[in-house]
Amino acid sequence: MNISYNWIKEYLDLDVSAADLAEKIERTSVEVDSVTRPADGLKKVVVGHVNAMEAHPDSDHLHICEVDVGDDQPSQIVCGAPNIAAGQNVIVALPGSRIGGNVKIKRSKMRGVESDGMICSLQEIGFSEDVVPKEYADGIYVLPADATPGEPVFHILGMDDSLIDLDVTPNRGDMLSLNGTLRDLAAIYDKPVTLDQPAVKETGDAIADQLTLHVDDQLSPQYRMRLVRNIQIKPSPMWLQVRLWNAGMRPINNVVDVTNYIMLKYGQPLHAFDYDKFSGQDVYVRTAQAGEKLTTLDENDHELDPTDIVIADSQAPIALAGVMGGLSTAISDQTTTVAIEAAVFESVHIRKAAQRHHLHTDASQRFERGVNQAGVQDALDAAAQMLDELAAGTVQTGTAVGSNRVPEPAVIPLTLTHVNAVLGMDLSMERVTHILETLGFTVAVAGDQLTVTVPIRRNDIHIPADLLEEIARIYGYDNIPATLPTGRMTQGRLTAAQRLMRATRHSLEGLGLNQAISYALTTEDKAKMFLMRPSEVTKLAWPMSVDHAVLRMNMVTGLLDDIAYNTARKVKDVALYEQGRVFYREDGTDRPSEEEHIAGAVTGTLMPEAWDQAAKPVDFYQVKGMVEAYLQDMAVNGDVTYVPNADMPEMHPGRTADILVHGHRIGYLGQVHPTIAKRFKIGATYVFELNLQAIIDMPKQENQYDVISRYPAITRDIAMLVADDVTNEQVVNLIEKRGGAYLQSVKLFDVYAGVKVPKGKKSLAYTLTYQDKHATLVDDAVNQAFDKVSHRLQDELGAEIR
Amino acid sequence: MSLKDKLTELQQHGLADIQKSSDLKDVNQIRVSLLGKKGPITEVLRGMRDLDAEERPKVGAFANEVRDTLTTALAKRREELEAAVLNARLAKETLDVTLPGTPVAKGEPHVIQQIIDQIEDLFLGMGYQVLSGPEVEEDKYNFEMMNLPKNHPARDMQDTFYITKEILMRTQTSPMQARTLEKHDFSQGPLKMISPGVVYRRDTDDPTHSHQFHQVEGLVIDKHVTMADLKGTLQVLAHELFGDKFDVRLRPSYFPFTEPSVEADITCFNCGGKGCNVCKNTGWIEVLGAGMVHPNVLKMAGVDPDVYGGFAFGVGPDRFAMLKYGVDDIRNFYLNDVRFLTQFTKKG
Repeated sequence: MNISYNWIKEYLDLDVSAADLAEKIERTSVEVDSVTRPADGLKKVVVGHVNAMEAHPDSDHLHICEVDVGDDQPSQIVCGAPNIAAGQNVIVALPGSRIGGNVKIKRSKMRGVESDGMICSLQEIGFSEDVVPKEYADGIYVLPADATPGEPVFHILGMDDSLIDLDVTPNRGDMLSLNGTLRDLAAIYDKPVTLDQPAVKETGDAIADQLTLHVDDQLSPQYRMRLVRNIQIKPSPMWLQVRLWNAGMRPINNVVDVTNYIMLKYGQPLHAFDYDKFSGQDVYVRTAQAGEKLTTLDENDHELDPTDIVIADSQAPIALAGVMGGLSTAISDQTTTVAIEAAVFESVHIRKAAQRHHLHTDASQRFERGVNQAGVQDALDAAAQMLDELAAGTVQTGTAVGSNRVPEPAVIPLTLTHVNAVLGMDLSMERVTHILETLGFTVAVAGDQLTVTVPIRRNDIHIPADLLEEIARIYGYDNIPATLPTGRMTQGRLTAAQRLMRATRHSLEGLGLNQAISYALTTEDKAKMFLMRPSEVTKLAWPMSVDHAVLRMNMVTGLLDDIAYNTARKVKDVALYEQGRVFYREDGTDRPSEEEHIAGAVTGTLMPEAWDQAAKPVDFYQVKGMVEAYLQDMAVNGDVTYVPNADMPEMHPGRTADILVHGHRIGYLGQVHPTIAKRFKIGATYVFELNLQAIIDMPKQENQYDVISRYPAITRDIAMLVADDVTNEQVVNLIEKRGGAYLQSVKLFDVYAGVKVPKGKKSLAYTLTYQDKHATLVDDAVNQAFDKVSHRLQDELGAEIR
Repeated sequence: MSLKDKLTELQQHGLADIQKSSDLKDVNQIRVSLLGKKGPITEVLRGMRDLDAEERPKVGAFANEVRDTLTTALAKRREELEAAVLNARLAKETLDVTLPGTPVAKGEPHVIQQIIDQIEDLFLGMGYQVLSGPEVEEDKYNFEMMNLPKNHPARDMQDTFYITKEILMRTQTSPMQARTLEKHDFSQGPLKMISPGVVYRRDTDDPTHSHQFHQVEGLVIDKHVTMADLKGTLQVLAHELFGDKFDVRLRPSYFPFTEPSVEADITCFNCGGKGCNVCKNTGWIEVLGAGMVHPNVLKMAGVDPDVYGGFAFGVGPDRFAMLKYGVDDIRNFYLNDVRFLTQFTKKG
């Protein structure tokens, strides 16, 4: 909400600039979004009087105007506005001036005719389309007749005011008005403020004979109307229009403008009905009935909901209560009798109605947050008084009251000890009392005890903690010291799971993978891919887009999306890992379970190509090497085995392995199926995904010291031909099992399957290392063991030793 | 010619030859020809038996002297030649040390992770636990127990991805306040925790909005925790993340689960507080929300607000990273362009 600096200063004697005032409000009260002075950046924009005008000889719409801009000689200005006329006072941008949008105006020729500047519309000098009065929307603006030619227009149009845009938090409904802001500022600056007290002259007949209200006070705790007759509809005076457009509202006519002005000043939304359009003299406040419809002021039709509160006459709804009036009873140029409504509506209903009908109005915003329930009559009286003054209205005698439930003021007990204990300060009773009193609260003190009575307008203050905030902010947060909590010591340490997750990240980064954080919300299609276990999908009820509509059930597709993003930007080498959660849901439950996973994806080359290093496209074994190294780092207790898996539809059937720890499947690795890669628009990509929670939960090995033998090791190489379907794992297992007590390690050093070996066979070669930790090994012992293994390989795997 | 003269001559010629030798092969040949079994010195020594007993030891001693001289000269020459060979080889091996080093594969933590780790380490050092909570939450914990009953206007501040009426993607890490308060045994000491994690809002992604981002919740509940403690704690956090020069100021704000509620600003890192575009000329940048835990939140979690109280805060690592590094588009954090991910590698 824009609040006017000049308007504030009419009531409060402040010796601060608008910028300083805004800063103070932000530090003490509510956030300030901006401070703007509409005239800033504009210059040489003055009042001009159109002495005479004639049609441009070469144009069907341009006029050549003789304009008095306060100089000795009138200026000649060409103008194309349809509403230009002789005798008007207009806005003139002189040669050398600057208008809205930082546009510079120069002396120019228009179709051959000199133009000494430009006659401007309000939009052209920076006004928003939304606030320009309708009659000037498509043309130039006409200034009041008493404006002096040559005088700058800024003061007349209120552009020399500073507008402070308050971002009012939901609790501070009271700040959505001048009066509320003034009361807060009075406390902040510790200065007295006197607000206007309306004095309405009732000169008409008794309202009771003209209007009867029937109100459900559960929907509207207060509902009041005044009636003003003999209204003359016309534009509002300049000062009122300025107030409105500076607050971001469009001036319409004196009646509507008065209701808006009172809302700005008191925070109480009002609505003006054309009384003569009522069907009968009875007005009802009720919920809408099934099938009822309403056309609102903005000419939109609404199907009403049975929880909408409506204002109705004896026939039909005439307003959506607290949100927007109906078109059928709207104020028009022919209106002569106005019924003004001032009410309090139940906030939840208003909030729902505004949401349901997409009608978030100034009124609904205030009713949602709660208006000053002690100030309804004042606002109504002030409006009636203004209609008397500005529209020659005759205020009918009395107020029609349909409901009148005013809440009791909150009475809150508090102790000074508590105030200081929570704020960490040492405030005196005098100080605390003074702060509360400047806010308009009543304070009774007895010893350490305060009893605080809160005015009804502050509907955000209910409990002692609310008072603490008032005391703290007015006292000033800057004056609060900065300390750290004392009290009993606590231990700050990561859990074993948290340590393992950190170790996981460090391990994978050490292996060359960059950490990615991808979106957990994805498409249904992607959510269902690369599943490690069966699961139902979990869908958002109202997603923002199909791309982020379903909770992921795998980590890999997110990484493939990342690779696709990189690939599309010509980044070819991508090596990523991600640690995060997947969401599995059992049929019949609403809430998925969350499981920690870790996944990696590599495309292109892992080792960067360089002048001394050829590019080597990533392959299965590189990624397997990472997984092996990672699992070694995590030290899970139990054998890790890799078992071919040809059945994952998204994976290459011949290049995918399940990863088993102690026979328990914890994940998989391999190449993404080429058709899937194509769908993601990426090249050959190798991935792995592991159930990190399973790794966390598994027993681990401890680090242990192993004596480094002083005795030399002996190595023997063995090369063999085996059938193609014999795996490395079979060979190694056999060697390890039959290798004897001194066998330390078996290392594969060559695999060959080509022209030099018979069809259906492959050659494998291993280095076997033998060592006795306590003595020097003798060749004989090694030879014996080696021969034994050689025979076993021949017997059990049909190996041909070469 | 006496034997002695012969030896002298041998020595002179030998030394001259050694000096002239140009490679190790020459040196070796000279050694064999001079000092070998069939060499001249051996021959001279053999001729000694013809000398008388008085002469013999003198000539013998002289002969040994000559042999030693030649041996030493040979060794020296060998060393010289070996050094020359080595130097020649080393000269050939000279590299262009300005060629780039061989690149190594190196992975980096995500910039958001770096900030979360930094925050975790700071608070671990101050005796906080690190807790993580579910990303799919119940309305009860995300809103109701945070003093946001259904129809509370502040629910509009956070557009929510609902799964069912009661199940949703958490919009904040604050539900971890309710979850830990419910469980904590205050007889074992105060509750001091932070809870980092992913949160979700029903937003359209653009440079300043993301439907997924991170938060770190903080909560301290004890018998005597003050607002001054909150201010001091936030100051420590700002110093850790941005540097000791940075100041913290508190401003009133509104969160349903804290009262008083504040927003914390830090000195603008761009202008140091003088005022610039980044801070909209205020010299300050809003970084987090905080406050004293609302008595209703304590009550609903079964904690007596007349005995216990404390503060809570919520910080956004995404926002911190954007501020700290000038990242102009929040989507960068979730699209994982390698050229972005590898920018935050400085560890020194």
